[in-house]
Amino acid sequence: MEALKIKGLKVEIEGKEIINSLNLDIEQGKLCAIMGPNGSGKSTLAHVLMGHPKYKVTGGEIIFKGKNILELKPDERAKLGIYLAFQYPIEVQGISFLTFMWASYKGRFSNNGKIKSIIEFKKYLEEKLALVGLDKTFVTRELNFGFSGGEKKRAEIVQMMILEPEIAIMDETDSGLDIDSLRVVAENVNKIKNPNLGILIITHYQRILNYLHPDYVHVMHKGRIIQSGTDQLAEELEKHGYANVIKNG
Amino acid sequence: MDKTQEVIINKDYAAKYGFNDEVKDYEYIANQGLNEEVVRKISELKNEPEWMLNFRLKALKIFFSKPMPSWGGDLSKIIFDDITYFMRASKNANNWEEVPEKIRKTFDRLGIPEAEKKFLGGVGAQYESEAVYHSLKKELSDKGIIFTDMDTALQLYPELVKKYFGTIVPAGDNKFAALNSAVWSGGSFVYVPKDTKVEFPLQAYFRINSKNLGQFERTLIIVDEGAQVHYVEGCTAPIYSTDSLHAAVVEVIALKSSKVRYTTIQNWSTNVYNLVTKRAFAHENSTVEWVDGNLGSKLTMKYPAVYMVGRGAKAEILSIAFAGKGQHQDAGAKAVHLASDTTSRITSKSISKDGGRASYRGLVRVIKGAKNVKANVVCDALLLDENSRSDTYPNIEIDEEGTTMAHEAKVGKIGEEQIFYLMSRGLTEAEAATMIVLGFIQPFTKELPMEYAVELNRLIQLEMEGSIG
Repeated sequence: MEALKIKGLKVEIEGKEIINSLNLDIEQGKLCAIMGPNGSGKSTLAHVLMGHPKYKVTGGEIIFKGKNILELKPDERAKLGIYLAFQYPIEVQGISFLTFMWASYKGRFSNNGKIKSIIEFKKYLEEKLALVGLDKTFVTRELNFGFSGGEKKRAEIVQMMILEPEIAIMDETDSGLDIDSLRVVAENVNKIKNPNLGILIITHYQRILNYLHPDYVHVMHKGRIIQSGTDQLAEELEKHGYANVIKNG
Repeated sequence: MDKTQEVIINKDYAAKYGFNDEVKDYEYIANQGLNEEVVRKISELKNEPEWMLNFRLKALKIFFSKPMPSWGGDLSKIIFDDITYFMRASKNANNWEEVPEKIRKTFDRLGIPEAEKKFLGGVGAQYESEAVYHSLKKELSDKGIIFTDMDTALQLYPELVKKYFGTIVPAGDNKFAALNSAVWSGGSFVYVPKDTKVEFPLQAYFRINSKNLGQFERTLIIVDEGAQVHYVEGCTAPIYSTDSLHAAVVEVIALKSSKVRYTTIQNWSTNVYNLVTKRAFAHENSTVEWVDGNLGSKLTMKYPAVYMVGRGAKAEILSIAFAGKGQHQDAGAKAVHLASDTTSRITSKSISKDGGRASYRGLVRVIKGAKNVKANVVCDALLLDENSRSDTYPNIEIDEEGTTMAHEAKVGKIGEEQIFYLMSRGLTEAEAATMIVLGFIQPFTKELPMEYAVELNRLIQLEMEGSIG
């Protein structure tokens, strides 16, 4: 199994250091969670892994499949199998979910995908939508436009199913979800899990982890990992809050 | 966009639309330059009635007396003496087999006969100054629908033409309308009888092939009470280093309770001045829709207008403009409310790229006494880089209290977060930008017949290719 390795990562935005000497492995076949209070640098990490141009990487490397992916653009990373489920999925008016997903699918698999026609792809997309409880009409809806918060998050999971990533970063996928949506999303993440997929889930709260049972739990604070453990660590955080860990860290 | 990419795009336009078909055996070519003799010769060649010759001569005087417009785009490079005002390539045929082979091949390459078979009710093809082909499905002509070129209409339906010609756009309306009125040739004539619905679109295609040619088609559409029609026009030309001039006049009469949609996809090569006057009179409870797409040309000045002359009339004007390198699209719309209970909606979208300039110039006018008027204007501009430009000139003249008027204008750039989101799914930066642009104009595209929508998206993709990153 491959792993995405983050070594000594340093990140700045507008001269301000957000991530400082961060080391982390995301192994395929495993699910790891990063928890941490607001402003700890979790979402920055998610964006940097995907290659957002706004963040400046000042040190370290991110290695995947033998390459330092820091030199790659977001689309090149996507084609390598990296996926980011957005905390706030972006709306694009005038482009249907189907048109967008078909272009993404062809981009991801460089026209070597199993599915060759958009008609076939539409059916495939409808099946995946049904799994997360979104009806067929979503294929013709404009991308994320007018979707409720829960629908956007579910649609991110659909995209993940379609693009079959090898490394998936889920940035606060649980935030803003009601209990039912949370359960649907978590159940589907469990279904997607496979030996070729490494998942990094970023969250404030333990509740989604109750469904997902991460292999590793890391606590992030001030741009670095200050404690690592298993499921139990998440439970402790839920009970006692971050203050205790931060103090000790 | 660097030089290489620009060449590629120009090459693509050249391959698809910009080819020169080397037709040399013209039946008649007027001497360059404009004078009374040229006008008389055109009228004589067309065997016109005297009233039309007089109309032309009067218009010529107006043209000479009017100064060049000082607003809009840069018109100073037009040299009227260098322009050829009339070229006859071939007589008008109603069967593609009778069209001279070289010209027929041109329209084959442009896909016109194929589209005709698939989904059109009638087709007109104009090459240089006159129609070379015109046909209408038999079931439509059986219903009394007339679709022919303007020259033929003047011969066959002189009374109908005389009754309406020049009544919507008088010769003195503006300098280029005067020019058109003096030297007009070709264009479409459409008449739809009472309560008749034309189920398939009628299409006209305008092609300029020669250098320095002026094309001055004149279109007149009369839709009788309760009737409906969708008319579509397209246009292209080869790329030359010297400029051509296209100055058309379009007059639409929508009688009581009728409905007209007029769709244009203007894709002239970037050496064409496109200065067009388009105007409709909308009578009681009628609806007039202009769907106006401007992609090509060096300079376009065009403001499709609807004069709502009858109670309850509706105007819908939807336009897009794409201004690339060296292009100025000065486009817009006019909604003139001359009666009560009239409604207008103007939606304008523009994209400027590589130093191109897109301007929205519009007018909403409500006269005193026109009660319960509703007018809505939305202008959205998208700037793709720092060098490009967008302007908005919305003129609003409301003389009646109680008018409901909404105006909204936005200028934006493609959002970094949108690009990042699309790229995170495997689209390149250029693909992401193209997708956002296509989404931006989708409110326009969705109004087009499917075949045109596909073609328009392809054209935009072409314009966008390699433009970013």
